Amino acid sequence: MASSRNSATIATEPHLISLPAQAQVVVCGGGIMGTSVAYHLAKLGWKDIVLLEQGRLAAGTTRFCAGIVSTARHVSIELKMADYSSKLYQQLEQETGIKTGYMKTSSISLAQTQDRLISLKRIASTHKVMGIPCEIITPKQVAQLHPLINIHDLVGALYMPEDAVVSSADVSLALANAASRNGVQIHDRTSISHVLVQKGHVTGVETDRGQIQCEYFVNCAGQWAYELGLSSEEPVSIPLHACEHFYLLTHPLKKPLESSTPTIVDLDGRIYIRNWQGGILSGGFEKNPKPIFTEGRNQLEIQNLHEDWDHFEPLLSALLRRMPGLEALEIMQLVNCPESFTPDMRCIMGESPTVQGYFVLAGMNSAGISYGGGAGKYLAEWMVNGYPSENVWPLDLKRFGALQSSRTFLRHRVMEVMPLICDLKVPRWDFQTGRQLRTSPLYDRLDAQGARWMEKHGFERPKYFVPPGKDLLALDQSKTFYKPDWFDIVGSEVKCSKEAVCVIDMSSFTKFEISSTGGQALEVLQYLFSNDLDVPVGHIVHTGMLNEKGGYENDCSIVRLNKRSFFMISPTDQQVHCWTWLKKHMPSDSNLLLEDVTWKYTALNLIGPRAVDVLSELSYVPMTPEHFPSLFCKEMSVGYANGIRVMSMTHTGEPGFMLYIPIEYALHVYNEVMSVGQKYGIRNAGYYALRSLRIEKFFAFWGQDLDAFTTPMECGREFRVKLEKGTDFIGRDALMQQKQNGVYKRFTMFILEDHDTDLDLWPWWGEPIYRNGCYVGKTTSSAYSYTLERHVCLGFVQNFDKKTGEGLVVTPDFINRGEYEIDIAGQRFQAKAKLYPFSSLFTQRRRKDEMELSSYQGK
Amino acid sequence: MCVCPGPRRIAIPVRSSRLPLFSDAMPAPTHLFPLIRNCEIGRLSSAVCYCHHKHLCCLSPPHFAHNHLRYAPQKKFATLHRPKENFNQFIHARSYVSTPQKFYLTPPQVNSILKANEYSFKVPEFDGKNVSSILGFDSNQLPANAPIEDRRSAATCLQTRGMLLGVFDGHAGCACAQAVSERLFYYIAVSLLPHETLLEIENAVESGRALLPILQWHKHPNDYFSKEASKLYFNSLRTYWQELIDLNTGETIDVKEALINAFKRLDNDISLEAQVGDPNSFLNYLVLRVAFSGATACVAHVDGVDLHIANTGDSRAMLGVQEEDGSWSALNLSYDHNAQNEREIERIKSEHPKAEEKSLVKQDRLLGLLMPFRAFGDVKFKWSIDLQKRVIESGPDQLNDNEYTKFIPPNYHTPPYLTAEPEVIHHKLRPQDKFLVLATDGLWETMHRQDVVRIVGEYLTGVHHQQPIAVGGYKVTLGQMHCLLTERRTRISSVFEDQNAATHLIRHAVGNNEFGTVDHERLSKMLSLPEELARMYRDDITIIVVQFNSHVVGACQNEEL
Repeated sequence: MASSRNSATIATEPHLISLPAQAQVVVCGGGIMGTSVAYHLAKLGWKDIVLLEQGRLAAGTTRFCAGIVSTARHVSIELKMADYSSKLYQQLEQETGIKTGYMKTSSISLAQTQDRLISLKRIASTHKVMGIPCEIITPKQVAQLHPLINIHDLVGALYMPEDAVVSSADVSLALANAASRNGVQIHDRTSISHVLVQKGHVTGVETDRGQIQCEYFVNCAGQWAYELGLSSEEPVSIPLHACEHFYLLTHPLKKPLESSTPTIVDLDGRIYIRNWQGGILSGGFEKNPKPIFTEGRNQLEIQNLHEDWDHFEPLLSALLRRMPGLEALEIMQLVNCPESFTPDMRCIMGESPTVQGYFVLAGMNSAGISYGGGAGKYLAEWMVNGYPSENVWPLDLKRFGALQSSRTFLRHRVMEVMPLICDLKVPRWDFQTGRQLRTSPLYDRLDAQGARWMEKHGFERPKYFVPPGKDLLALDQSKTFYKPDWFDIVGSEVKCSKEAVCVIDMSSFTKFEISSTGGQALEVLQYLFSNDLDVPVGHIVHTGMLNEKGGYENDCSIVRLNKRSFFMISPTDQQVHCWTWLKKHMPSDSNLLLEDVTWKYTALNLIGPRAVDVLSELSYVPMTPEHFPSLFCKEMSVGYANGIRVMSMTHTGEPGFMLYIPIEYALHVYNEVMSVGQKYGIRNAGYYALRSLRIEKFFAFWGQDLDAFTTPMECGREFRVKLEKGTDFIGRDALMQQKQNGVYKRFTMFILEDHDTDLDLWPWWGEPIYRNGCYVGKTTSSAYSYTLERHVCLGFVQNFDKKTGEGLVVTPDFINRGEYEIDIAGQRFQAKAKLYPFSSLFTQRRRKDEMELSSYQGK
Repeated sequence: MCVCPGPRRIAIPVRSSRLPLFSDAMPAPTHLFPLIRNCEIGRLSSAVCYCHHKHLCCLSPPHFAHNHLRYAPQKKFATLHRPKENFNQFIHARSYVSTPQKFYLTPPQVNSILKANEYSFKVPEFDGKNVSSILGFDSNQLPANAPIEDRRSAATCLQTRGMLLGVFDGHAGCACAQAVSERLFYYIAVSLLPHETLLEIENAVESGRALLPILQWHKHPNDYFSKEASKLYFNSLRTYWQELIDLNTGETIDVKEALINAFKRLDNDISLEAQVGDPNSFLNYLVLRVAFSGATACVAHVDGVDLHIANTGDSRAMLGVQEEDGSWSALNLSYDHNAQNEREIERIKSEHPKAEEKSLVKQDRLLGLLMPFRAFGDVKFKWSIDLQKRVIESGPDQLNDNEYTKFIPPNYHTPPYLTAEPEVIHHKLRPQDKFLVLATDGLWETMHRQDVVRIVGEYLTGVHHQQPIAVGGYKVTLGQMHCLLTERRTRISSVFEDQNAATHLIRHAVGNNEFGTVDHERLSKMLSLPEELARMYRDDITIIVVQFNSHVVGACQNEEL
């Protein structure tokens, strides 16, 4: 590493070159992220870039990281980033002439349990369809691939022949070198004290060596990104937190290890092992992480970054168990290298919701080298083109709000996140730390009635209600890829909402009110939304908030409260994103008022045929469809409480009502509903029941099924787009074109045919879809339909040209004339494809052929 | 309550009364202990020892004086042999009857004894941050006397900033220590209050309104307050603050002065209450017992980076300082007021005529009797002979019958010989000051201060900083390292038995072997000593370990720079 540092001739001149007075972009951080962003920006043609590094290039976490490039990732966007990085690093040495230490070693992920093997098989099945070579191998094959490994406790492994190792510092230097050849100026030993902001836009940075004016700022400060974000004139919340991370370096073995020896990832032992200069490099993710720098950078703590052998003991035991032959190997060093972790184990990229031109790329959760190339590319595209070429919502900074920026929260959460890296990734996992932050006023009532909770955007939402006297498995034991223990509980909640009435607390949804003195509100909404909002007062409109390409930035329900004001309901995690989008596109008109009223209302969803009876009894108003048609909103009294917004929709396609209740009435209304509802068989239900209901009704949810790359045309929602509504709206041109040319992917519903709910693996999301034996797309969500007594998967079908692999137009005919299979962890299940939901409300089960192709009339 | 206050603290030189349980010179006790563990024998032994005990307590004055001579340090061996002789006889007698039987306390039994009085307090956090310079404290006490004569107190000042912590070592009974532990912090808190707050409080009392709370106590359930005397105590306190109101100088309050005033004032009130008496006979007896017994006090007042230690007597405050290399060193924040302190001897000599010089300090004791040179109560060393006689004569019969109270110290010419005035040391906390140990002499006579600080320091920082393993330039294989680590881990698990630093320290103080590690067998023996014997081998131990918040201290320090 020392020799390679000398090769960094770019910025290590003895005297410091003076800083430019201005630049288009200032990148902060000379690690793998900063250099990758600069490299890709320069590639895309932006040249006026300054990269600032407080110490030396590639001297932080980058310098100390283990340098494993592996594509074994669960989240599809992460997999794509890692795949790109791997290919980039492979040719980087050729491109720049700088040695990067790239060596294709392959990697082997071991499974000690059947569950782990299932998890690896899921990865394998998604890799196959992306063209990344990989293979599930037997323990015996593992022994043939690696000379030292003990296989007696293994059940199988995942072999990834394309995985590699690099010298991460050298990769970073190579990227910096290439960038500076493309015109990027690099200055080390320059630290940024804060970012200058004017009128919500970046104007420059203040460094210890003077000011630089700039249009864009990129925060790639790694574990210091949080502090740097806060020190901006307009604080930018970047929720990440560092933990100490240890790995071991040894002297070479007696017979030095080949430099092509595969990297071993033993997730059940929580360790990774790669060859390193004839010896090994081995680290891991312990169960009891040591968070560090909670109170910001602290010289004392930095000095105390010593080797901590006692802390490393469990990992050393795991290493010696895996490779007993290493006992006699001599230790060189135990390296302590803090890594930063994020609240949801996914990295953070994108533009700040509060400061325009302020971009972030940080929080790599120990996979910086694997993601570095791809993440830099997507961020550069984002800055240059306005949007990256892939859906990066799972990584978008705007998925967080200010509520994740508490130091206490971060400290507690990362202590849970870091061990999770090695834990089994099972469906329906909920974080245990940092909970009960945002709650509905009914929280205690529901909790007392057996509610089990999940968290979305800090908000507690009931999953289901455990009946008294029944007990579920402990959290750790409940992890499964098969039928979960709550199956019957959710089943009875679904049954109740089909036959009687259920109440679900849905207060977490994001709620905005937009109003104006004149027609401005309508005007701006007509421009931002694709459906026609010029409807009579009291109507509810389902509509998408689209981008220029016609893709969904948000999917909402909008109520026209009166001529000049609208009430907007969006998914929970849209709170930051939607607000930013609206603010960005709204004219700065003081007569136009946008208000976040999420906290002002408690939302109760009354689902089921008897919801009508409950409400009419509580309000003395007839609620039958003649008096209260579907998709209407009325303000009325419920019980003693006046001014409750009652809406005839349920987000599930079932009959019923949403009640938006000013929070002070919440408990009263809930109590009244429950006591009156008793004779109609009312009961509490949770989101799992809701999910089952909406998926069997083919309802797409934004964030799961819909994203910025999906248009209404692609998911059968043409009827929610009014191309001829008289005004232009964002995305209209793209949709017009799509209408003419046809769509290249199509949202489809699949009913699994030969799937045994009790014995087979359950689908989750991300499973490959095969049509006539060819890969055509992936699922986006799935649920068991208690009505159909089958599993239902939703997903997108594409049409790839057999020869070129190019995407072709997908017609309904193409969908309907195919034999489908869904691949769950390598096992394929026959599936029936449908483009439209079943028309009946399933009050009785119909015969299959009756269910076909009923059109979806604008419910 | 001890009706016949055991004058051990006064009569028996405490330091020499600890018998070296396992020294080579004394093999006898070693095989003697398994016997004592036998329950039946234990009961019998208490009968034997009772005589022994009585003999020590209720001496007539001349005998008494003689006795302390016998126990003076230079006659150490004689002293040490006494109980042994007794035992040998006793064992001789018993050995016919009972077969010796091994009996040790199990580790859980040992723990339940050690942990019976432990208490922990964590300063609550706000917004995930502790803004106080104190993280919290651990305290514990292990009795040797029955009942224990040590007391402890901890409270947060509610009307001013800061926290008060103190240990009190009683002698000639626990009455004085008890009273001081209940009352002293109120006197200090009142002394620290600004004029307006005093007025406000007085007005509230006057008009029968609810009082502003002055202190928030942090008490173990065993730390009791006397209900009967509360009215009396309150009236004295009120008189004090009324005087403070009248005296209002308008000057800002100096903590050091406030501490000194509070100590002196309380001692004065104790003395006055005993002279005036109380119509209620129970209370009357109580105030006399308080005044005739004595107590030392070592009190810490922590407010931000300002640490004040007020000490009267021979308890000690020790600061644990972590050096840059991670090692621990001890910083004395109090001076013992006893014969080992030259300055104290000088002070006493300067306060009395030259003629008395020889009799003032004899056998390292004040007037040949009292070990601490400063204390609360102990009016026998403060009042004139006339006053003592008058009060005792008019006092209740119990008092009159008590030989000890009636006994006037020899060479008693120019009282007072004793004062409760504390020595106050001010220390500005630094980030390397990690904790403070307040403890009665029961701890300090068994352990060197350096060991105390090291053990607490290592306990608080956990094993990680204990002796971090560094490979350095040595050749170590993975296998060797693995063995070493597994061995260390099993060793560490014993440390985690204690959730309380004070308990951990007591475990070491009582159970340490010659290698400085806790020896369970020894610990078990020490803890199963019958009540009457325990005092021979150890004193009451009371410990408070206050942990400082280096982050806050560092931040405060930076602000001041």
